[in-house]
Amino acid sequence: MKTTTDFKERASGRPTEAQSGAAEWLRNRLGTSPLEEIAAEKTVPRHRHSLWYYFGGMTLFLFSIQVVTGILLLLYYRPSAEEAFESVQFIMTDVSFGWLVRSLHSWSANLMIAVLFVHMFSVFFLKAYRRPRELTWVTGVLLLFISLGFGFSGYLLPWNKLAFFATRVGTEIPRVFPFFGDFMMRFLRGGDEVTGATLTRFFGFHVAILPALTTLILGVHLWLVQCHGMSRPPGPGYENGKTMKFWPNFLLRDIMGWLFALGLLAALAAIFPWELGEKADPFASAPAGIRPEWFFLFSFETLKLLPAHLWFMEGETLGVLAFAVGAAFWLLVPFLDKRAARGLPSRAFTAIGLLVLIYIIVMTAIGFLA
Amino acid sequence: MNSVKQDVRDEMERMNKTTRRSFLDYLLGTSVGAVVVSICYPVLSFLTPPRVAESADLTVVAGKVKDIPPNSGRIFKFGSRAALLVRTPAGEIRAFSATCTHLDCTVQYRDDLRGIWCACHDGHYDLQGRNVSGPPPRPLEQFKVNVRGDEIVVSRG
Amino acid sequence: MKARLYTALSVAGWLALAPSTVLGQAATAKSANSCVECHTGLDEGLAHKMQGDIHVEKGLGCVGCHGGDPSQADQDLAMAVSRGFTGAPKPSQVPAFCGKCHSDAAFMKRYDPAERIDQQAEYLTSGHGKRLNQGDQTVATCISCHGAHGIRSVDHPESRVYPTSVARTCGKCHADPNYMKGRLPTNQAEHYEKSVHAHALTKKNDLSAPTCNDCHGNHGASPPGVASVANVCGTCHTRQAELFRKSPHNESFQQLGQGECLACHGNHEIKSPTDEMVGTSKPATCVDCHAEGDPGFTGAAEMNRSIAALARRLGEAEKLLARAERAGMEVSRARFGLTEGHDALVGTRVLVHGFSPGLVKAETQRGMSIANQTWKQGEQALEELQFRRKGLAASLLVIGFALVAVYLKIQQIERAQK
Repeated sequence: MKTTTDFKERASGRPTEAQSGAAEWLRNRLGTSPLEEIAAEKTVPRHRHSLWYYFGGMTLFLFSIQVVTGILLLLYYRPSAEEAFESVQFIMTDVSFGWLVRSLHSWSANLMIAVLFVHMFSVFFLKAYRRPRELTWVTGVLLLFISLGFGFSGYLLPWNKLAFFATRVGTEIPRVFPFFGDFMMRFLRGGDEVTGATLTRFFGFHVAILPALTTLILGVHLWLVQCHGMSRPPGPGYENGKTMKFWPNFLLRDIMGWLFALGLLAALAAIFPWELGEKADPFASAPAGIRPEWFFLFSFETLKLLPAHLWFMEGETLGVLAFAVGAAFWLLVPFLDKRAARGLPSRAFTAIGLLVLIYIIVMTAIGFLA
Repeated sequence: MNSVKQDVRDEMERMNKTTRRSFLDYLLGTSVGAVVVSICYPVLSFLTPPRVAESADLTVVAGKVKDIPPNSGRIFKFGSRAALLVRTPAGEIRAFSATCTHLDCTVQYRDDLRGIWCACHDGHYDLQGRNVSGPPPRPLEQFKVNVRGDEIVVSRG
Repeated sequence: MKARLYTALSVAGWLALAPSTVLGQAATAKSANSCVECHTGLDEGLAHKMQGDIHVEKGLGCVGCHGGDPSQADQDLAMAVSRGFTGAPKPSQVPAFCGKCHSDAAFMKRYDPAERIDQQAEYLTSGHGKRLNQGDQTVATCISCHGAHGIRSVDHPESRVYPTSVARTCGKCHADPNYMKGRLPTNQAEHYEKSVHAHALTKKNDLSAPTCNDCHGNHGASPPGVASVANVCGTCHTRQAELFRKSPHNESFQQLGQGECLACHGNHEIKSPTDEMVGTSKPATCVDCHAEGDPGFTGAAEMNRSIAALARRLGEAEKLLARAERAGMEVSRARFGLTEGHDALVGTRVLVHGFSPGLVKAETQRGMSIANQTWKQGEQALEELQFRRKGLAASLLVIGFALVAVYLKIQQIERAQK
């Protein structure tokens, strides 16, 4: 048990009067908080790849922007085919700062996915998933899947033309699974077609089911991060023993990053307000250039490039099954990488990671240029 | 002598540090406070319901029944377009898009003709919105009318 | 239940018999039809052509028009004059041939009580009919336009006289220089194709847009006389015709023997009118008659000025709104106001036909005030945009300050930690 004076000295050298006054007041009533203990104890390893440690926090920050702006949007959004588009239009035009809140929500969503990918690949290449952090990795990958689910369901909510048709294509994909494919499509769409029922259902996924799952899994993820501390990569060059205090040194740097992100988001939202497009019309023919959001583009492009028939099955079926297997593999990486578990270098997995990364980048590029 | 000088220098150094420190804390406090304000201001004004009537295109209260006598019509705003509310000589209430299908002029009700008329090119529509003479190529789009108490509620249907 | 089964069976039976009875007079089962039997061998396309023919659909077969007796297997007996056989009519006989039924009110009433029966009479008043009477066998008769075998109802899209096909059908003769040699010019179809009417009909699919017969008449086809041009155009363009009749041009055009509308708009090649048609330099048509110094010239200049000013102002307001909209601003209410300004402009273009500058001016002024109001709303939207930009700059400044402060704080803490 650390005493409060211990903490004070450890934490910030010499706290200012105001800080210590308020903190003291609280401490006298609540006792030492676990947060303080964590802050006092926690350190972050310092080495040439320390930069990557900031991306987890950045993802968390962007996620909290999503929560705040999402809750704000809920005040005016109406989840029905008749009113969704109009209500988003209303938010964009009539509600004071509505344009800002919606544009922030869209921009921050995209930035969050991008940062999340950076976070994931840095963890992958620095082998931070190795024992004892397997479950941290698994929960992290689950959070990625959930984020993609957020992206997919949120894309439809403004009920505009492009999103409508992209959703029609997207919800068609699970159909290729044998036995339960049709059921999955119907489950996603809430019927046989993409209709107002799909919108209401996606709204439910987006604001209730996925947030609940996220809360749970994110809680576990953060708790595990806390339990195990930051991973120091294996191999020479990292075993220098240098560390940095989490509070205040690391967190203040984190905050600098967040402030920067906040400024960037404000600029993006003000200069490039997120477009609304045209209202979806289920009876209109599909417009040219339907494409999913950029983070689905690599898989979309793969399915497009696959030949109609491959071996004994349809190309698309094979592609979707391959993606499913790939996702399962990715989820189970810590259990498969036996060498990293023993603290040995595992070039094979680094190579696999590089291949996946290059594949995603190339396919996304093709999708953008096509 | 020397030690006194040293003492003075030390003291000044300390004072300097303290001012620099408190100035930095002041700067930090103000700028973080300003960031918080610049976040809270948009959020609070977002929460304030906008004063303008909501542009829910689909259902519009077009007026009161008592304000529209039989054999008359009036223009009202339906979403972003003009619509025409018509009360037939028989007392029935109907609503149409007021945009002439010919060249997008706004049509009007003519009580002398007992029909809908577009002044621009003398287009005539009957009380069902059908184009009966003149240049209009298509009938007017008709909207659904419901009377709720005294209010006439028009919706696209 | 029994009744329904019976109906189903009889429908099935009828369908099975249908191909063989298509050309039969009454659908009596198994009766041999010698017309079909022989003529299928002679002309394979004929039976096929007759499918969908309005007469066949109404239950009339070969005999309905040509007479004879299809129950006779022998050719001479089947096509004996004594059995009413008339054969194929010569062009001069065609009007009477069709008129046998189509001019018979009692007969036509059995098929369509609202059907007109004056086509033959009207035809005889037409340019075609008059020449036919003079012994010209090359002019158009009923079958030239409607076809002989395979005649569709006139409102059937495959009919040769369906609105979209009329110009082609007339052009078959009237656009053929060899055929029309020494009679009429042949450029009408070509000119019509370029007209606003053809565009409306074929591109915009507006079936009410006029084609040849809407101005020239169909059965009574002949060019409208100069005096009746305004009446012909005025059947659709009523408001313009009404204004024109009250205008100073009405009397002077009549005195000059000018075809009212076509003096400015032409006849077959009627282009979509532009604002430049009113003015004091080409392509304005006013200068065809009015020269500098006469009041018509000044009036034209005045109308041109006010219309152009309104169109320009509306265009500017529209552009301003578009700019604000692209930047994500709310302008739908302003746009709503702009439609009224657009009304005024369209109205002005009609009022021109009154050829009175005062009339035009009043309307353009109304439009002008609307356009100005819209313009103001557009500017307000852009001001709001500026507010956003300034807000962004301010918040970036604040965030920048905070960044610097945090940075300095880190420096300070780390110096102390050392």
